[in-house]
Amino acid sequence: MADKEIDLKIMRQDPETEKVPRAENHKVPYVDGMVVLDAVRYVQEHTDPTLAIRWNCKAAKCGSCSAEINGMPKLMCKTRVDTIGDKITVAPMAAFPLIKDLVTDVSKNWEITRKIPMFTPKENMEVPWRINPKDVERSKEFKKCIECGLCMDVCHVVREHYTPYFGPMHIVKAASWDMHPLDSIDRSKYLNKEGGLGYCNITKCCTEVCPEHIHITDNAIIPEKERAVDRQYDPIAMLIKGIRKKEKVMK
Amino acid sequence: MPEDYETIESDVLVIGAGGAGLRAAVAVNDSGQKVIVVSKSLLGKAHTVMAEGGMAASLGNVDPKDNWTVHYGDIIEEGVYISSWKMAEILAKEAPSRVLELESYGALFDRTPDGRIMQRAFGAHTYRRLAHLGDRTGLEIIKTMEHQVIHRDIAFYDEMYITNLIKEGDRIVGAIGIKMNTGKIFLFKAKAFVIATGGSGRVYKITSNSWESTGDGIGMAYRAGVKLRDMEMIQFHPTGMVYPPGVRGLLVTEGVRGEGGILLNTKGERYMLRYSPEKKELDARDVVARANYREILEGRGTEHGGVYLDITHKGPDFIKHKLPAMYQQFMEFAGVDITKEKMEVAPTVHYMMGGIEVEPQTERSNVENLFAAGEVASGLHGANRLGGNSLSDILVFGKIAGENAAEFAKKSEFGKITPAKVKNEIQYINSFFREDGKNPYDLIDRLTSCMSENVGIVRDAEHLKKALEIISELKKEFSGVGTKGLIKYNHGLLGCLELSNMLVSCEAITTCALMREESRGAHTRSDFPKKDKNWIRNIITVLGEDGKMKFEVKPVDEMPGEYKNYVKPEVY
Repeated sequence: MADKEIDLKIMRQDPETEKVPRAENHKVPYVDGMVVLDAVRYVQEHTDPTLAIRWNCKAAKCGSCSAEINGMPKLMCKTRVDTIGDKITVAPMAAFPLIKDLVTDVSKNWEITRKIPMFTPKENMEVPWRINPKDVERSKEFKKCIECGLCMDVCHVVREHYTPYFGPMHIVKAASWDMHPLDSIDRSKYLNKEGGLGYCNITKCCTEVCPEHIHITDNAIIPEKERAVDRQYDPIAMLIKGIRKKEKVMK
Repeated sequence: MPEDYETIESDVLVIGAGGAGLRAAVAVNDSGQKVIVVSKSLLGKAHTVMAEGGMAASLGNVDPKDNWTVHYGDIIEEGVYISSWKMAEILAKEAPSRVLELESYGALFDRTPDGRIMQRAFGAHTYRRLAHLGDRTGLEIIKTMEHQVIHRDIAFYDEMYITNLIKEGDRIVGAIGIKMNTGKIFLFKAKAFVIATGGSGRVYKITSNSWESTGDGIGMAYRAGVKLRDMEMIQFHPTGMVYPPGVRGLLVTEGVRGEGGILLNTKGERYMLRYSPEKKELDARDVVARANYREILEGRGTEHGGVYLDITHKGPDFIKHKLPAMYQQFMEFAGVDITKEKMEVAPTVHYMMGGIEVEPQTERSNVENLFAAGEVASGLHGANRLGGNSLSDILVFGKIAGENAAEFAKKSEFGKITPAKVKNEIQYINSFFREDGKNPYDLIDRLTSCMSENVGIVRDAEHLKKALEIISELKKEFSGVGTKGLIKYNHGLLGCLELSNMLVSCEAITTCALMREESRGAHTRSDFPKKDKNWIRNIITVLGEDGKMKFEVKPVDEMPGEYKNYVKPEVY
């Protein structure tokens, strides 16, 4: 694809001054191995510095540059142009209110995070704490979450319906604490009652778009749902069930 | 364009929300004082997320012989004897407590078979010392601190770009910021200030640093009369990605060499045997980085300007298990399967040892109510930083800076602010909106190219002088930059403001590099290839009364007698 140009369409809007988004077409020179963020930044740095983009690490580690690329929620820094062809449309995430162009207001995430009870260690443990290496693994999967919000963007419950559902990203966060071997509280009932967990109908779209390949539905949402509804909650049985499930997924 | 602004008051204002800023905020909150955190990027996205390998602390879980004196010795030796001995002592003593504290906040670390925190080996650490969670330790630290801030109801304003500090007499009284997502201007009044804005790695073209590392804290502090130190000391990581161009500079973790990766030139020669017969690929970062640089310079590099890093001999199972993130990174960004193919790598700018000079016990700068912590501060790492010490640095000194800022605020009142100063700053921001403004990104491109070409890993007077000429030209051209449109989320405006800060860092780095006529740690001069006893000194940079940058050379603080026993004597 050397000496080629890409047709880049960027959806732009400042909601304070424009009622509807406008598609802006740009030709961007193709460079080997370039990612969508390179193309969008090319426009920003060479053509129009007022184009609003949010990005930071450019290494798929911070989760800032989330957008919809040819209709799919993706990180701009991780999407290689040569994997999606030379006609590219970039739009902001639709599940969050628009600030300007490709930048959305994700501050509602902080409000939800604040509501979920955080890590609460068991009492009277001897310091330094001891944890079996195997017990770290369960929570570790969720610790990979970079809070990019792509799972929130793709979730039709979050995106299209006004429900109390916190959204997949927050269930992952709650699960990371619920499955912390030294945590003392169970968040599942709260997630079910206040966090609208029941609205999730397990379409697994969140798992598909996760750039960190976290099995959000199988390993976070379903175990939390099961815990919440299981009146005769038996932590040991759940543990065994959880491990079996994970083994299945790992294969 | 906006003329009015909103005023927000707190006892302490923390500027920057990486690990250091967030830990400082928690410390102020613990003291009962009101704190506000502001950050350029979204909360939780700071450069701390990029840290991979781990956090150095002499817990002695894996190597029981380890203790703070050994860690102390490693810091001083790797810093080539120009570190602050007191900061090294504080870090070595307090890092283990910060690791355990993180754990009490909910952070997870990998474990030893008997359940204690696992520690891994890293270049130039005597013992296995790095507490880690896989190769995502920085992410775990920032997420843990982020949730502390959220659940403590500490007020934060993210995507708030601080343009300048306002000084009255000897004190800072306020800071002006643009809330990028609304375009509104804010005045933050506080009794004490903590700067934790990270380094200036993006003044180089090829860098492993995030977008935000443009040295904004260094720029604003310098303009407020704060002293900077060791600005010539820039760490080049030996292995950054080279190809494709879009990922040039992206970090390839030291772990690859730690797990047995070897470096080869295009002749197939394992050249580290020549440069460092004993430690080979696992010598200190500056040694390996210079070797890679020489091989490329002398024509034994690849067509893309790199050397080869090869770990294929370890086999796919081992590589995918030990280096999953690297496997994924090369597969997804470069289309290279590192279990079958060699990686192309070259040195990349990684860390800045220099920055705001602080008092070791309090992290106070020469301005009495301005504190600094993390990469923006200076003193601990001297001429070179040990891997894993930056994560300890941000938490140990973030906490101390926060505590001392809170202590200072308790005993003081808000300073009066002359309204004209605020008005002038807003006018300055508005002055960049002009139809005929030059695109700041063209100037930034020339500046970063100039730094990579002339103030790189091996320096000489000729190139440094050339760089100073270019910087001086760009300073003149800076008066013509501008942008169009509205203030809200305007990258053109940010580019202009960042450029002014980048120029401060570049001038300081280059001038100090020209002054230091020796080779020490990360600073290498081809025209002064030897280390010089007379240079156990630090170079201080400060804004002169005539508006020009002034420099001062002073001897390193001498460590007390018994501490010398923890360190190998320096050899010339």
